[in-house]
Amino acid sequence: MARQFSFLLSLIAFWLLLSGMFTPFLIAAGIGSAIVIVLLSRRMDLADHEGHPVHLAWVAVLSYWPWLFKEIIKSAWDVTRRVLHPALPISPVLVEFRPTQTTDVGLVIHANSITLTPGTISVEVEPDRFLVHALTREAGAGLTGSEMDRRCTALEGN
Amino acid sequence: MSTLVESISAISLLLGALFCCVGGIGLMRMPDFYTRMHAASITETLGVGLTLLGLLLLAGWTLVAVKLLMVGALVFFVSPTASHALARAAMTCRLKPVLADVGETTSKP
Repeated sequence: MARQFSFLLSLIAFWLLLSGMFTPFLIAAGIGSAIVIVLLSRRMDLADHEGHPVHLAWVAVLSYWPWLFKEIIKSAWDVTRRVLHPALPISPVLVEFRPTQTTDVGLVIHANSITLTPGTISVEVEPDRFLVHALTREAGAGLTGSEMDRRCTALEGN
Repeated sequence: MSTLVESISAISLLLGALFCCVGGIGLMRMPDFYTRMHAASITETLGVGLTLLGLLLLAGWTLVAVKLLMVGALVFFVSPTASHALARAAMTCRLKPVLADVGETTSKP
């Protein structure tokens, strides 16, 4: 119930921010639409821990994202140098490893973080097996038991 | 003050454009489908990120800034999902990736 209420509030906020016009009619229409969507998503069983994972939102935004942004910038710079290097120094590898997350949301966050970081793409994602394509052997070797893996598991616990 | 913000925004937009170009160059230079996706991911992270940052600084504290942040969040969540779907589809169609030989060492750029 609390989750559905927070879903309702975020939908109303979304409407207000996108519309930017605060006449009584438009605000009422927004609230009405938000209520209808919450009722529909309740019937479709969508606003669950996966569809609206509000339980880890704040921890994720405050502690995980800044670290992830730093990692993205670091590896994007690395890939940029390799792209512009005359000899194109790449050594593509496929790496298979076992992630330590146990929940679906944790696995998805880990897999998406891997793909979001330039130089690594998660190709196959299963509960106990990730298949990752890496642009360099170094990037591939750093995946098993990485800090990203540890941080995603820590995120799950909250 | 506003000149400072505007020049930071200009630098950020310029860098964003530069990283988009790098992504494009990489797309041409890389040998196969999977490595090309790595090059494209520069465009969708640093290219998009710096361009949005530049526009955010120009927008200031307005609703336009909020919308730009929403665009950023959308790209942040959707682009890895789309990349993963593409890579997985390629693998399912048995497109073999070009892999480095076991003994070969990577030269540092």
